[in-house]
Amino acid sequence: MKKRIPLLICAVLGIFMIVQFFIPHSLSQRFFDHSFKWYIAIAGFAWILGAGSLIKHHTDRIRRKKKRWYFSIVTLTGLTVMAVLGIFWGIRTGTLFMTFYMNIILPLGAAMYAILAFYMASAAYRAFRARSKEATVLLIAGFVVMLGMVPFGDFIWSKIPEIAEWLLSVPNTAAKRGIIFGVALGSVSTALKIILGIERSWLGGGG
Amino acid sequence: MAILLILLLGIIEPPGTPLAKDVPNDEGGKIMLTWQPTPQTDEIDGYDIYRAKEGESFELIGSTDKWTNQFTDTKTQNGIKYQYKIASIKQREILAQSKISEQVKSSGQWFHTGKLNILLGFIIYTAILLWFIFHARAGKEMFVRKIPGLDALDEAVGRATEMGKPILYVPGLSSIADIATIASLNILSRVAKKTAEYNTTLLVPNRNPVVYTVAQAIVKEAYTDAGRPDIYNPDNVYFITGNQFAYVAAVCGTMVREKPATNLFLGYFWAESLILAETGASTGAIQIAGTDSVFQLPFFITTCDYTLIGEELYAASAYLSREPLLMGSLKGQDWGKMTILAILIIGSALMLIGIEQVAALFNI
Repeated sequence: MKKRIPLLICAVLGIFMIVQFFIPHSLSQRFFDHSFKWYIAIAGFAWILGAGSLIKHHTDRIRRKKKRWYFSIVTLTGLTVMAVLGIFWGIRTGTLFMTFYMNIILPLGAAMYAILAFYMASAAYRAFRARSKEATVLLIAGFVVMLGMVPFGDFIWSKIPEIAEWLLSVPNTAAKRGIIFGVALGSVSTALKIILGIERSWLGGGG
Repeated sequence: MAILLILLLGIIEPPGTPLAKDVPNDEGGKIMLTWQPTPQTDEIDGYDIYRAKEGESFELIGSTDKWTNQFTDTKTQNGIKYQYKIASIKQREILAQSKISEQVKSSGQWFHTGKLNILLGFIIYTAILLWFIFHARAGKEMFVRKIPGLDALDEAVGRATEMGKPILYVPGLSSIADIATIASLNILSRVAKKTAEYNTTLLVPNRNPVVYTVAQAIVKEAYTDAGRPDIYNPDNVYFITGNQFAYVAAVCGTMVREKPATNLFLGYFWAESLILAETGASTGAIQIAGTDSVFQLPFFITTCDYTLIGEELYAASAYLSREPLLMGSLKGQDWGKMTILAILIIGSALMLIGIEQVAALFNI
């Protein structure tokens, strides 16, 4: 019973949602909007559980003095301060909440994003080591595309930008589309398996 | 004065009688109008659109510029008859008016005819899938090619067990509405069962609170199913934050501090994929990634030991369980791809010999 009810709900709503996709009538649209509201409501409760998990996880780290536990104090302090500021003084522009958000959280996010540039260099170094036939092809293709994207490539040989463009728009796009076809069919197949109750791993227990 | 002169001379021809039609394939409440424009375009500023409910007088409902000869009335009530007329205007003065359109009423449709091709494709693909699933149920042996990334999962769990280190499982950064996340949670269930059997710590940090609650239920259920509910630790499946890069910073911190023996990045990822995988690689962990995001695949391929490419992520659950019904669906997927390939070849051939209408069959 514990598994049958979720399976039944999933099957009925799954079939409804498929049928709804083909029906533009207002009744069908209302059903879709209603389902979406349900999702938002459930997600709202999930945020409470999420916050609970965060607090419990970090309180536990501090209590047990786990490795670098003091970072958990920063997390919990940040959470409390931002929650208090947001709840009591609002989150509009000009509030202390927004000032902290714009001057602390956003720059920190941007800094993490900027690290990507360094990681790209190290990943490219690893990818471009010509240790196999495939890696050699990747190295040559990558080199040509990079040259084709800068004026220096055109300076060396006017055909390089054209070759780079061809590499991007023909073999690269063909491979991408092949993957996208597979992904689309895989998505439909996974959805059908779940709706029909063939795939039950999401209920836990792997069976 | 000029307007008066134009009116007196009667040189402005009225716009054509508007053709009013219910907007097709919609939920109702919309009527579309088209009309022949006034030939003397230079003499007018635009058009005013008037509407009359059955038994009521006309009222202005909108305007267009002089180059536009269509208008959609989006404020109609379904089932009520309306009539329309168009007026050519200059400096807010009416120069000429069209005849009144025929009565029309809006209504919502029960089938979107523009999606007929999708429905046909869906029916054909579902039929192929079901056919293979029923064949699998009958006990027919199915061959599925080897997927090294999935074969390595056992090895990865075993390695972590031997080293006495945890396994880090990142179920992507997307929401539960993403099919890649669902596929990832299916794999999580199987991985959790294995870690329960080997008594290995499994860490599952989450970015989405809904995914977090589902992941927690799945891992708990997997431990119970493996007969080890006693070693399940709810604190190992935890929520971090909804902020993308804050989440990444936290997961990278976990990788550096806890030094997991195995990192599994399975689900949907954005720009953070490379940061996660490069940090993981620097800690010496064995890494298995899988995503259906074509933009992130190259990053995973270069930094991880194994990568599940696109559909392999969806195939993982069937591949790992070897359940006949799931294997049947895998075979169905392959035949679905064969069908698409055949359609592409036939369609391209038809286009090459000049039958270009074939492309219209795939318009949505």
